[in-house]
Amino acid sequence: MLELEYYLILSALLFTTGVIGVLVRRNAIIIFMCIELMLNAANLAFVAISRSLGQTEGQVFVFFVMTVAAAEVAIGLAIIVSVFKHRQTINVDEVNSLKG
Amino acid sequence: MMAACDNVASGSGKTMFFAEGALSNPLGPYRRMGLPLNVLLLSSIVKILIIAHLLLIGVMAMIWAERRISGWMQDRLGPNRVGFQGLLQPIADGIKFLLKEDLIPNHVDKPLYVLAPAMLLIPAMLTIAVVPFGGSIEIAGHTIPLQIADINIGILYILAITSLGVYGVVLGAWASNNKYSLLGGLRSSAQMISYELTLGLAIIGVLMLTVVEQGGSALSLREIAKSQGKNLWNWNFLIHFPAFLAFTTAMFAETNRLPFDLAEAEQELVAGYHTEYSSMKFAMFFMAEYMNMIVGSAVTVTLFLGGWHFFGLENVGGPILSGLISFGIFFAKTAIFLFVFIWVRWTLPRFRYDQLMNLGWKFLLPVALSSIVVTGFLWVTTDGNKLLIGIGNVVAAFIVISVVGGLLVMNKPPEVSTPEIAGLDTLESEGSS
Amino acid sequence: MEFTLKTLIFYGFALLTVASGIVVVTVRNIVHAAFSLMVTLFGVAGLYVFLQADFLAATQVIVYVGGILVLILFGVMMTSGRLEMRIHIERGQLLLGAVVAIALLMLLLAVIANTPQWKNVADDGTQLQPTTESIGTLILNGQFLLPFEVVSVLLLVALIGAALISRKEVRE
Repeated sequence: MLELEYYLILSALLFTTGVIGVLVRRNAIIIFMCIELMLNAANLAFVAISRSLGQTEGQVFVFFVMTVAAAEVAIGLAIIVSVFKHRQTINVDEVNSLKG
Repeated sequence: MMAACDNVASGSGKTMFFAEGALSNPLGPYRRMGLPLNVLLLSSIVKILIIAHLLLIGVMAMIWAERRISGWMQDRLGPNRVGFQGLLQPIADGIKFLLKEDLIPNHVDKPLYVLAPAMLLIPAMLTIAVVPFGGSIEIAGHTIPLQIADINIGILYILAITSLGVYGVVLGAWASNNKYSLLGGLRSSAQMISYELTLGLAIIGVLMLTVVEQGGSALSLREIAKSQGKNLWNWNFLIHFPAFLAFTTAMFAETNRLPFDLAEAEQELVAGYHTEYSSMKFAMFFMAEYMNMIVGSAVTVTLFLGGWHFFGLENVGGPILSGLISFGIFFAKTAIFLFVFIWVRWTLPRFRYDQLMNLGWKFLLPVALSSIVVTGFLWVTTDGNKLLIGIGNVVAAFIVISVVGGLLVMNKPPEVSTPEIAGLDTLESEGSS
Repeated sequence: MEFTLKTLIFYGFALLTVASGIVVVTVRNIVHAAFSLMVTLFGVAGLYVFLQADFLAATQVIVYVGGILVLILFGVMMTSGRLEMRIHIERGQLLLGAVVAIALLMLLLAVIANTPQWKNVADDGTQLQPTTESIGTLILNGQFLLPFEVVSVLLLVALIGAALISRKEVRE
């Protein structure tokens, strides 16, 4: 039957997928998406454990994580767009100098 | 783990991990509405069939009505040749769309191009599932509520599903690989995100009052409709008038209807995001727009215009008749609201892009926020006097609008400034100048 | 392994989530990646419903699918022209990344397998209670009020920051 482990394993798989993405892809926006994947994996683990303990606190945490993710995306995309305006690229390997 | 399986088999289910509930009640989070499972399933299937077909027929009727009413408003006839008064015109159109060649241009991104119309149509159909379209009908001793699924997060569900509509537009626009389409898609995504905020915030005042009155599950649309049942003064649009206006405006924007149809402004963008679409795929975009209108009207009626209530008329007659009457009332209210959609279309000219953003962010959003603050504040200080809350809301909205308007006039930049929308201006130069 | 409707649905969602997550990482076209991420987020929302977290499921769709991902798509369209949508992956990087990630996965799985508290926690078998109320009570009436306020300030700061960064530079 469905035990907590199944959800945790799923969450671990999802998290690893996100990690691979961040390590391998060089496009800033794809890296962003992979970070979202990782956050979702963590959220899933939170909800599963909160369910298994019969408490809602874990869900409140997920709520906060979502808020922070929203803030992160707003700032991050603003940075990416302005980097693109200056450099015409969003490849993170090419954006490697501090000079504007 | 084996032990857990054994326990399940023996029926104790104590050590089983999650939700006993999901086994004994496969519908999980849906409320069972006090019905036996088989009755629930059967009645749900019947309701789904009826409502889905009503929605599709409604789309056809709406297309006909829109063309005829537009004709009437512009002092011309409109389609009146196919069938009585042109009633069969939508069917003729439908056949035409079906028989046309299903053209997929070479330069498009095929998977997304094919998927996009469905991505727009499906959310439009899904939303109706939680809208209560009547009181309840009593058949064979079971009281069956006239609603497909009374889930306890009804409003959140509607907001969630509505927010999916933007994908059809954006992906269709991008997949078309056409600059007009892309511009339309960009405009549309910015517009939809902006107005979704207003859509969500405008509801909160309504929710707050329903919670304190009904207690508990006020996110269920049925509870909200029920709380407006006593008399006209309980209809939410009177108590939350500014929020009602903000919500309606945002609804117009979400459906991409005329004062806000920048995503497909013919004069600027050919046809916006569906420029490259033809035959049935175009028809699906078309249907989705009308379906969104119908569902949007139904939601507005439920939230603000008393749902299926009309001065106690819904209680007339026996257990079956009263249910049918309540459905009729809901239907009529929705139809009237749909007429407003058409009416507005031929009354207001299209907004310019920066005007659209100004309206959304600088007027509607503050009004919706003020509605939340004032409703909460007055509820506590005046001991729940709804008349005062209603008046307070209107006064607050006036103050907010005049303050914002005053600030805008005072800070108006000197003549001929191009609209400055973050980052968009380079792409938008054709559209908004 | 007993196959009931429940496990079937779970595996369906799990497969959907992981498969589309892998597509996000591997596919070359950014917009396809974004679309695939949408499927992943949806799958996670489905799993939330399955875990009886109804409020979070709706919030997930509203915030992630309806907000964050649309913003990301918006960013894609602002930064990449149609022609340079395809991006390549270097082989060496792929190999190295995969090795590191698989090591991490092994570590996570080991932790999951070796933590006894995560097994056999008895479920009280209760039916779904709407979580909206308890979440609201926890946030506004309990120990999470301060974090809630801090997060709201964070959002405001992020909003202003984003507006400031992406503003067109004023040339005097």
